[in-house]
Amino acid sequence: MSAIDPSLIRFEETVSAGANWSHVLKRGSTLRITDTEGGANVAALLYNFELLSERLNVPDTLKCQHTARLTKGHCLYTDMGRILVSITDDTCGWHDPLGGWSTAKIVEAKYGVKNYQTARNDWHRNAHDNFVTELGKYGMDERDLAMNVNFFSKVTVDDAGRLIFRPGNSKAGAFVDLRSEMNTLVILNTCIHPLDRAPTYAPKPVKLAIYTSPPPAADDYCRNFRAENQRGFILTERYFL
Amino acid sequence: MSTLTESTLDPAKAACDFTILAGEPWIHVIKMGQAFRIEDLEGNQAADTLFFNAADPVDRYSAHDTIMEQGAIYLTTGTKLMSTRGNVLLTITADTCGRHDTLGGACACESNMVRYAIENRSMHACRDTFLLGARQMGLGKRDLAHNINFFMNVPVTPDGGLTFADGISAAGRYVEMRAEMDVIALISNCPQLNNPCNGYNPTPVRVLIWN
Repeated sequence: MSAIDPSLIRFEETVSAGANWSHVLKRGSTLRITDTEGGANVAALLYNFELLSERLNVPDTLKCQHTARLTKGHCLYTDMGRILVSITDDTCGWHDPLGGWSTAKIVEAKYGVKNYQTARNDWHRNAHDNFVTELGKYGMDERDLAMNVNFFSKVTVDDAGRLIFRPGNSKAGAFVDLRSEMNTLVILNTCIHPLDRAPTYAPKPVKLAIYTSPPPAADDYCRNFRAENQRGFILTERYFL
Repeated sequence: MSTLTESTLDPAKAACDFTILAGEPWIHVIKMGQAFRIEDLEGNQAADTLFFNAADPVDRYSAHDTIMEQGAIYLTTGTKLMSTRGNVLLTITADTCGRHDTLGGACACESNMVRYAIENRSMHACRDTFLLGARQMGLGKRDLAHNINFFMNVPVTPDGGLTFADGISAAGRYVEMRAEMDVIALISNCPQLNNPCNGYNPTPVRVLIWN
């Protein structure tokens, strides 16, 4: 549970429940996402800001690290063999790369429609529409969608391949640190996980802090987490040569 | 493991019967109602496959919408192959292999460098094949999302492990689908030599279409 040195913090911001956020996370900085209340879900997409067709590739990320869950030590890869962000700290322990995003259909089927006209900013929102909206601000559209990560959510797979959502995975105060290894366009929202069976529509807010962090050293934990990551860091560093 | 389901369709009556060599693309429109079969001719051969709504290719196969729709990660008989806009592109109607992967993605020169060795950049890979095949229908990199790996075995364990395991397919096994709308099928017959997905020996697959 490491506190951030206040002198390193560039800015902090709160993302309210069900809302959108985006930022180009510069190389040499780290994004800390804190689940302030517990039970948050942060659906996130990542792109190389300099080449937006290069995007987070979840299958490549999972198969090169032999994992179907994400935690400290794991790196999030693009389709070009490079690392967008690495997970340098994590007090939650399991982030879901399988479940995808909620849609208007899923939210309506579970919780009905609550439109802006009647509910103002407590209206029912979904991760798909939020992604498309936020991508549009960067000149991107549906073609740029790819599988996302759901931070703070846990989905397990049983022997028959069935997906099981595990409520209570993230406690109040849990955080995850994403160190940017490239200039990474982060598109995220705090919409519910599509497999969340909570009886009421109750997305949660998160707190964000962006702070200055040193380049990964030779003995960096993520770099040495697997031999694949050593090569991933080499390829990422070559991109900047 | 799911129950195996056979088809009654006769290959001699197919409207299209084509063999895709390893390392080559195949792109073809399959009309609504047609039956589409992919056969693993020699065994343990991954057929990396993408589908698009032929009327609007922005509406394309979505791996996570497909696993969400059925609540499970492996594809087999009964699986509805879902699009990004929530449409059913095709339904799997027969399967003599048992299960197919949609989490492993396609191999790429760049991911091979990460997974195996930086010197492996020049080895042929599916994503190169996809790019070559896609352009025949005016599609490009942004259209290439996460694919299906027919005949490939990528088990996920309850504690979150994921591996590329030995294939469970064999010579003559097939998967058959019914097109629920006009779709574009794009296949890369996988040239991967670095892992067991092709038994270290990429071989041809056969595609058949019935009216």
